[in-house]
Amino acid sequence: MTSAKAQPILEAREVTRTFRSGHRCITALAAVNLVILHEGVAGLIGPDGAGKTTFMRLAAGLLRPDSGEIRIQGLSTRDQALAIQSRIGYMPQRFGLYTDLTVRENLDLYADLQGVAPANRSARYDALMQMTGLEAFQHRLAGKLSGGMKQKLGLACTLIQPKELLLLDEPTVGVDPVSRRELWQIIDRLVEEDRVAVLLSTAYMDEAERCRYVYVLNNGCVLSHGEPQTLCSRMQGRGYAASAPGMHRRALQGHLVRAPGVLDAVIEREWLRVVTEPALTPERLKERAGVPSLELNPLPARFEDAFIAEFRAVGARWRTTVSGWAPPQQADGGPETVIQVNALGRRFGDFHAVRDLSFEVHRGEIFGLLGANGAGKSTTFRMLCGLLPPSSGELSVAGVDLRRASAAARARIGYVSQSFALYGQLTVTQNLRFFANVYNLRRDRRRERVEWALDGFELRALANVDADDLSLGFKQRLALATALLHQPEILFLDEPTSGVDPLARREFWELINALAECGVTVLVTTHFMEEADYCDRLVIMAGGRLLALGTPESIKQQVADGHSALPSMEEAFIALVESPQRELR
Amino acid sequence: MWQRVFHLMLKEFLALLKDPASRAVLVLPPIVQTIIFGYAATLDLSHIRYGVYVEDRAAPARELLARFAGSPTFTGRVRLDSLEQGRALIDRGELLLVVHIGPRFSAQLLRHRPASVQVIVDGRNSNTAVIAQGYVREIVNRFNARWIAEHPGWQPPLAHLVIRAWFNPNLESRWFIIPGIIGLLLQVVAMLVAGLSIARERESGTFDQLLVTPVRPLEILLGKALPGFLVGLAEGTLIVLIAVLWFQVPLVGQLTVLYAGMALFLFATIGVGLAISALALTMQQGLLGAFLFMVPSVLLSGFATPIANMPVIVQYLTLLNPLRYFMEILRGVFLEDASLPLLMSQFWPLLVIGLANLAMAGWLFRHRLH
Amino acid sequence: MIKTSAPWQVNRMRRLRGLLRKELLQIVRDPSSIAIAFVMPMVLLLLFGYGVSLNARNVPVALVIDQPSGVTADFASRFRYSEYLSVVQLPNMRAAKRALRAHQVDAVIHLRARFATEMQAGRSAPIQVLLNGVDANTARIVRGYIEGSLSGWLQQRAARQGQQAASPVMLASRIWFNPNVRSRNYLVPGLIAVIMTLIGAMLTALVVAREWERGTMEALMVTPITIGEVLLGKLLPYFLLGMGGMALSVAMALWLFDVPLRGSVWVLLTVSAVFMLAALGMGLLISVSSRSQFVAGQAAIVSTFLPAFLLSGFIFDIHSMTGPIRLLTYIVPARYFISFLQTSFLAGDVWPVILVDVSALAIMAAILLGITLRCSRKRLD
Repeated sequence: MTSAKAQPILEAREVTRTFRSGHRCITALAAVNLVILHEGVAGLIGPDGAGKTTFMRLAAGLLRPDSGEIRIQGLSTRDQALAIQSRIGYMPQRFGLYTDLTVRENLDLYADLQGVAPANRSARYDALMQMTGLEAFQHRLAGKLSGGMKQKLGLACTLIQPKELLLLDEPTVGVDPVSRRELWQIIDRLVEEDRVAVLLSTAYMDEAERCRYVYVLNNGCVLSHGEPQTLCSRMQGRGYAASAPGMHRRALQGHLVRAPGVLDAVIEREWLRVVTEPALTPERLKERAGVPSLELNPLPARFEDAFIAEFRAVGARWRTTVSGWAPPQQADGGPETVIQVNALGRRFGDFHAVRDLSFEVHRGEIFGLLGANGAGKSTTFRMLCGLLPPSSGELSVAGVDLRRASAAARARIGYVSQSFALYGQLTVTQNLRFFANVYNLRRDRRRERVEWALDGFELRALANVDADDLSLGFKQRLALATALLHQPEILFLDEPTSGVDPLARREFWELINALAECGVTVLVTTHFMEEADYCDRLVIMAGGRLLALGTPESIKQQVADGHSALPSMEEAFIALVESPQRELR
Repeated sequence: MWQRVFHLMLKEFLALLKDPASRAVLVLPPIVQTIIFGYAATLDLSHIRYGVYVEDRAAPARELLARFAGSPTFTGRVRLDSLEQGRALIDRGELLLVVHIGPRFSAQLLRHRPASVQVIVDGRNSNTAVIAQGYVREIVNRFNARWIAEHPGWQPPLAHLVIRAWFNPNLESRWFIIPGIIGLLLQVVAMLVAGLSIARERESGTFDQLLVTPVRPLEILLGKALPGFLVGLAEGTLIVLIAVLWFQVPLVGQLTVLYAGMALFLFATIGVGLAISALALTMQQGLLGAFLFMVPSVLLSGFATPIANMPVIVQYLTLLNPLRYFMEILRGVFLEDASLPLLMSQFWPLLVIGLANLAMAGWLFRHRLH
Repeated sequence: MIKTSAPWQVNRMRRLRGLLRKELLQIVRDPSSIAIAFVMPMVLLLLFGYGVSLNARNVPVALVIDQPSGVTADFASRFRYSEYLSVVQLPNMRAAKRALRAHQVDAVIHLRARFATEMQAGRSAPIQVLLNGVDANTARIVRGYIEGSLSGWLQQRAARQGQQAASPVMLASRIWFNPNVRSRNYLVPGLIAVIMTLIGAMLTALVVAREWERGTMEALMVTPITIGEVLLGKLLPYFLLGMGGMALSVAMALWLFDVPLRGSVWVLLTVSAVFMLAALGMGLLISVSSRSQFVAGQAAIVSTFLPAFLLSGFIFDIHSMTGPIRLLTYIVPARYFISFLQTSFLAGDVWPVILVDVSALAIMAAILLGITLRCSRKRLD
């Protein structure tokens, strides 16, 4: 280790890279400059499609820049890729573990490839296994590991030979909060003990605050960069916890997001987090919001506020109206049960994906299914939609089992799947028309609804673009639009916000809130813990079992033991998962 | 219902025809394959390379050789100086056969004694060998007939054959192979268009999306089957045109019978394709399944080798193969002017196979879920 | 900091060994590659070996005798005696033609009313034969059987009367290498070439595409490995697997289908190895240009399987193809391998053939692998 670090570890100058997709030319990166001088974690933050992965691949020498240059320890990725590759560790987004090899065999392979001498291996393996907590699983096939364990094994394989620079491409995506926390602990330890430099990309805003330095990337451009604290400090004094006694959070949010000068208003825990423009005083805000009982308490700034503020400046927002939504047949008095699940179970061979699950959902409720990947959310969801027969137990949706229901019953539900099921070769309009027809909308009604979707979801400019060529955010909008064309009474949303940038997520939730206000019942699965606060009630699942059921507050209270301040949903989740013996419910 | 089916179909066509590459895949390979098959897949021999080792310079020997030279199939003659040389050339695969005329050939003939001609054929491809041998025999027979007529003293054989081949007087195997290609290629197209479409939708998640809409399984089934059916008919027409206009294969039967057969065959094949693809969870499984069905189906269809030559058990197995019936229909209509009643026994099995498979596919839609 | 000297070679061997071990473990644990390498050849060989035959036996033939007599009865009994023909006597030509049309018989032999008298008069009596010519090949074979039976009958009759039924030129033909003209003897060696093409090209194309699809290739790419090592790591295990499939096929050919092997096993092994390299080169080349298993699978079928089937001389004689298509066959590796296999199994070690075939295969293997090496880069674009 040389003392004088005159040379930057990584330096990117005016890097531009474009891709061809069909007939269109997409600029993934436009004149990006980026420098890593010190060890520690540098974050590359941005929504999906911002160009993070492209940058990582360029830095690893897997792609060539169209123009500009990336140098790693003075070596250019253009012609010294092989030399660079023996000095860096790179963990792609989907780390290529060989699923039919065991944990140990995967490690052996990468040790061989990285040229680790056999003599040094056992010590290195022990250290890595201990660090990642995989000691007990060394002889398990990698394909049989959970998502979080796979990521940890991927990281271990990357670390098999000590390196000075690590490139980690979204290491925490799709990983449950517990594993996410553990991954970060590993990274922090590496930085501390081995003094390595890490370039880590992520779409999670809260992870930015754990970085030493961050670059915010959007649409292939660096939007801003700096130490997260510096970026946050700009937002100091602009965040408030807003609440209004006697008013539902959702209703309050409806007022606040429309108030001029408000940059952001999201449901967070028991209150609303409001971020304002710099000049807006609390008094003026109360005035503008038109809610007399509004209470505002200052909140410390956080990175996401800065991010949203940046993005509000460049991004367009869409706002769908739900006016004219067919009013649901309101039953008199008492909550009407729309979805009923009783002792539901599902086995695949000898694997219990879901066991003994019971809950009910009322009309007009936003009901969440929370859990890590593999917790059984999607299986439950597919059973509810009638796509998978349960092994045991009963369920009914709107009084029927959708598996055997008539076509008319299915016309009352809307469904957005995790993969945004769209016909890729069809244009936006063709997709909308197709689904309108499938839902029996005819002539004028069809035209009217398709127009509504094109306008309300800001899709008109893209009306003739193939669905395959849309960005993920627009795909999500289109998928949602197709599911809402026939104005369903019940909406099923499977991980609708995964991989979508924070701005699109806000707009998405605004729409869902508005729909719920109109009496639409929404069942949503998510692994974003903070989204739990949007739900009226929710179920937390782990290992196919129900861990907790109730309103967000009641679930947090279970964990808080009634004394200290309520934890965040993520903290509550970790506490719940880590104490399976605890008597719950 | 029909409105939904229509839109399902429309979507399928839009997806199919949108991409220039997939459009090309639909049109080009059938044309190219028909032409390559048409030229390559023939069992007739045309350019037979043969060696002659003649130890006799007299007129009768020359006359016999002239008959070889005059035949359009025997084109590459090599004069040999010894039989050994002939053997070596056959070994090397340079000659298909060697004709050996011994020193006493003419003398024997002129003395009214039978003279023998020795022929050695390369039997590595035994089929070619047998055919080549037949050609040689034909030449010798004609020589004999002529010789007997011109040279009194030779007793004509007591009986001779007057052979007429119905439907294909010159026994051109291309007339047999090319109608078969229509069946072969239609099977591929129908399997790929109809078969893989469900697996593709499953993979992209749109199949689940469809299942939660008011669309009924029967409608999905029709929406999937009809595009393949229409594309198949169009492509079938194209290949029929190539067969008739380019390769000059006679089409003596009625077009209505041909199209009735084509429609039924497409119905059956699409049924099989949909059943396979309803069973498959991924595109790859679908492709593998289609391949595993198609290879034996072509082998056991009578396309290249007659079903009658197969062991009895295998012959029973071919009764499950839609292509087998279609081959009969195609050749019947093209060459034999087979009538509808005559082909009835080929029509109804296709109907049964199609119905059984479509029913299975419809059932699998809702029961094969992951 | 930069230290790349002595351990370089050690590291290279270690990397290669790691890759090989990984690949072998995967092969052992993933049943699908075993299935492609061993089960598919077996199924195809069984199907072809038993199901496909060009040797017709018991061909149904109708016999119509307008005026029965001692001569016609003699004739009929001789034809019934033939093991190749299965004779049905029908009352009249109308019934016979109907049977021919309905595919109940493949040929009709018609002895007219004057047959016996003409024969007794010593005027060569015509025998009418109607063939169903739709399947020209079968028709020719049936014609040959009928001709054979007739001349047998004539000779038999002549011998009985103490004469010699002689035609001026007697044909004495011999079919070498396969005197009983068993079609299996040439179909099975040819099929081995088709199967090896399929294993070599399809298996490699699929496994490399799978690495792209699962993202493992990206992780491999950023290790200090060179692209040559990646290719070698794929080539070696599948070479062994393919040779294993080859050995199985040869064993089946020899002991199940009784195909003789007249050449030396070592020559067979060597040439097969060279062919395997060409097939693997084809598979790797496909996988370099396509990164999805779906596309790779289709490309493998279209560019290797179909030509190996059609343009290789496996069933259809290359010399009978028209000019441009015959030229096309020169770039099909299976063409050379089939020529070699048929020679090696049925004729023996004919060096002029073997040398031409093996050098063509070696050149193709070198070109294919060379192009693959040139085209593949350690990059994703």
